[in-house]
Amino acid sequence: MTSKLIRRAGLLLTGVCLAFAAAAPAVAQEELRIGFIAPMTGPIAQVGADATNGFKMYLDRVKSNFGGAPVKLIVEDSQAKPDTAVTKAKKLILDDHVQLLVGGVLAPEGYALAPVSTAEKVVYISAIPAADDLTQRQLANYPYFIRTGWTSSQPHHPLGQWACDQGYKKIVAIAADYAFGYEVVGGFQKAFEDCGGRIIQKIWPPLFTKDFGPFIPTIKSDADAVFSLMVGPMALQFPKQLRQSGYTKPIVGGGTSYDEAALPFMGDEAIGDVSALQYSAALQTPQNEAFVKEYRSKYGKVPSYFSETNYTTALMIDDVVKETNGKFPGPEAFIAKMSALKVDAPRGPVSFDDMRNPIQNIYIKKVEKTKLFGYDKDELWGVVIKTYPNVSQFWTYGKDAFLKQPVYSRDFPPCKYCE
Amino acid sequence: MDARFWLIQAFNGISYGALLFLVGSGLSLIFGVMRIVNLAHGSYFLLGGYMALSVIWVTGSWLLAIPVAALTVAIIGLLMERLFLRPLGFDPLRQVLLTVGFAFLFQQAALDIWTGNPFDIEPPAALTQSVVVGGLHLPLYRIFMIAVAVFIGLTLWLVMEKTRLGATIRATVDDAQMARGVGIDTSRIAMLIFALGAFLAALGGVIGGAFVGVYPGLDFEMLPIAFAVVIIGGMGSLGGAAIGALLVGLADNFGKALFPEISYFTLYAPMALILAVKPTGLFGRE
Amino acid sequence: MAPLRMKVLIVIAILAAAALIVPHTNPFVILLATRALAFSILVMSLDILLGFTGLASLGQAAYLGVGAYLTAILAARYQIGLGYDFWLVAALGMLGAAVLAALFGLLAIRASGVYFLMITLALGQCVWGLAYRWNSLTGGDNGINLQHRPKFGIDLADQVTFFYVVFGFFAASLLIMYTLVRSPFGRSLAGIRERELRMKILGYNTWLHKYIAFIIAGAFGGLAGVLWVHTAGIVSPENVVLTTSVDALLMAVLGGPGTLIGGVIGASVVLFIREYLSTLVHWWQYVLGGVYVLVILYLPGGLMSIPGRIRQWRAARSEAADTPNLAPARQ
Repeated sequence: MTSKLIRRAGLLLTGVCLAFAAAAPAVAQEELRIGFIAPMTGPIAQVGADATNGFKMYLDRVKSNFGGAPVKLIVEDSQAKPDTAVTKAKKLILDDHVQLLVGGVLAPEGYALAPVSTAEKVVYISAIPAADDLTQRQLANYPYFIRTGWTSSQPHHPLGQWACDQGYKKIVAIAADYAFGYEVVGGFQKAFEDCGGRIIQKIWPPLFTKDFGPFIPTIKSDADAVFSLMVGPMALQFPKQLRQSGYTKPIVGGGTSYDEAALPFMGDEAIGDVSALQYSAALQTPQNEAFVKEYRSKYGKVPSYFSETNYTTALMIDDVVKETNGKFPGPEAFIAKMSALKVDAPRGPVSFDDMRNPIQNIYIKKVEKTKLFGYDKDELWGVVIKTYPNVSQFWTYGKDAFLKQPVYSRDFPPCKYCE
Repeated sequence: MDARFWLIQAFNGISYGALLFLVGSGLSLIFGVMRIVNLAHGSYFLLGGYMALSVIWVTGSWLLAIPVAALTVAIIGLLMERLFLRPLGFDPLRQVLLTVGFAFLFQQAALDIWTGNPFDIEPPAALTQSVVVGGLHLPLYRIFMIAVAVFIGLTLWLVMEKTRLGATIRATVDDAQMARGVGIDTSRIAMLIFALGAFLAALGGVIGGAFVGVYPGLDFEMLPIAFAVVIIGGMGSLGGAAIGALLVGLADNFGKALFPEISYFTLYAPMALILAVKPTGLFGRE
Repeated sequence: MAPLRMKVLIVIAILAAAALIVPHTNPFVILLATRALAFSILVMSLDILLGFTGLASLGQAAYLGVGAYLTAILAARYQIGLGYDFWLVAALGMLGAAVLAALFGLLAIRASGVYFLMITLALGQCVWGLAYRWNSLTGGDNGINLQHRPKFGIDLADQVTFFYVVFGFFAASLLIMYTLVRSPFGRSLAGIRERELRMKILGYNTWLHKYIAFIIAGAFGGLAGVLWVHTAGIVSPENVVLTTSVDALLMAVLGGPGTLIGGVIGASVVLFIREYLSTLVHWWQYVLGGVYVLVILYLPGGLMSIPGRIRQWRAARSEAADTPNLAPARQ
């Protein structure tokens, strides 16, 4: 009995050694291991799928080879829970020894993953989580953190300026009641009011609100327009219900109110509404057209900014690793090299400011029903009507002045013109 | 805040309550007959919406989608009751937990079948208009929801009060043991009621799909609201469910409109308070 | 009482074996085991109500939330609880949760059965609303991050050390709760579970018994929260939401209600399916749902009843083989 056990153990050990021996020569070039965290189950699983698809599409394009290094992508399901995102990140770091961590969708996931990157000295690239402070007042805590997406307020500074330029004087803001909503409204309000406009009312429906019945009648009638910030399924219901209530004034929306994760599922009542983001699938550039067509034929839907930002993230990692001839240069050097990059992405030219947040074009886009890129059906697209080139997260305020003010919140900027 | 404000808010609250009645009445009936809280009720709501979408995609007919979706989900409910809940006998806690297990399974299945994209059910164009009455814009769809709820409510009431089947159901709700004693097949009644509850929830899902959308997570969002309805109305009573739905609809609406600061509590705080004062709900008996 | 002593010995042996083996597995497994132990304190606290008093609560996450938020706020805001004062915070977490339970108990204890389920749900959701909405204190949906774990002589940042500390808390909680349910107080709780009316007639203040049980359960829920927040270093409204309460209830039933130790089994099985199996297959949710359904259908006593089942089955088989004409086996 005992001897049998020992023999078995011996056999097993030999087997393991053989396996290692066999594996060793295959790894001529050390592989680049990337851990990818996204919700694959639960309410926002589709966003996770869009994000993963974007990243994988780039990998497929370069045959999973970055500058000679074979890329191993390990996708883990965060289940959209911050603490699960953390355990999965630890698994990726401690068990899989990934050199790079990409992912998270919700701001809380970003806030949860950034400290892990610091503690474990692993690069964390936030392609989606947009919480302003990660690349602003808290950046010093996260030396291995870099963002390839956006800050919540970044597109909404120019949008505030744009709304002001349209001659809107008074606007009512109605936005999902959570940090992302506060930062989006804050950015819009700051720029709009600095230009002379007035936010005369702020309405905060709880996140996940679908029945806007209680809120719509409270909208002040003397406003020139409504600014809305909706996310996910909220985005489908708000414009519809507002229009059905007889409201005819313009709606200006935060990025997620009309992005391509929601737009294809919306009705015609959204036509004419305006929003701002660093990406629009309707962007008329050869590079974006090719991107949209390839993505659509592969995954059966128009890419959203979730897909684009992850595609571009993969592209940026590739660029860094190419520079180092396929060798991972270590976390500090990687961050330094990445933040010095300038790339041409489907969304347009992207570089980084010195707080590791992208400087990029912000597109003001209007929902139109039209045929684009040779598709033969009339569809809703966010057609770009104005481009603000090379916008940083600090807009025109300058980094130092901007960082002196507190992070945008429910109470900042204060609503001076609300009664 | 003039009279128009109050009128439109009342209208909004009532139409929301109409949707809640569809979800709550089924939950309430199931509880009345089987003494279990069906935690898969939100899933039936969501599945109803998804089934309707599939029918619409295939046939293009919204009218056809309503009965097909509701009946399909009713059959799912019937099978669940026969194959899984019935074998447990009378063991409410285990039955309740079993329904949670199914809620998780349905959630993942829906994600795999219909993806996680947010959908909206588009009703016929006629229903997307609004009528203007005395300067108030009343969306026709909200009026339609009220009409459906009234129709369903009246039909149920007639069946309950005027038919033999209804009498046996009421007898089962009052005292299942006694009902069995006088020869009522309570097991069959339970099966029928569970299917009916699923039917009503799915109907709510189809009707509500054009109002709240159809997307993953909706199941567990609807569930606590349906609870609030039956808690406030008292479980097992159709009239209670109607009053509960109306009260929740109005309280939630006015709470959010007048005190937006506490809109997270307009549902749960009254629910907790009512139960604290009257542990069986406003109109419940035990 | 020999079989009972035997059972206790077996449980101790298995726990000791786990404590010895887990640190030699990989770091991810150690982390998951730590999380399972921390969460199982919550599940055991719920079992005091569910298994021993007959009260199914759907709001237990509220107490986890109090412990977790208290810990996180003190640490992130005031740097309290990151050294030797960690023990103070642990006590405060229990105390805070107990106070909340004392408050909620006043409202909830009168209800029973499914109404108790509903009122605890409503109260739990009120706490969630507070966590979500009270931005200045709780950080809203972003929650609160902890930059590092406490350090007092030993450094809890070390996975194995932290595992042993949580294991210690778990073992102590198990011991205290076990003593409690075996005490006269615990026996009267069981009496209430079986037949409340009779206990009332016998002169027991059943309300007070249930109320005290409710508070004790709350206190241990708070302790679970204190440990839980340090496992991932973050607390967010997600930890307080209804589904976390549902989880706890399902884990208790999965492991075996009225067994205490079933809580750790339920918590481990669920957490490993959710966080470990999900790294291997994408269809883990079907496994989880399937496990729930099958266990509830076929194992009323939860996973803890498997050994008993096997014994019964064996006994029945050997009896059938040896003495075919004796009285039917005991049920």
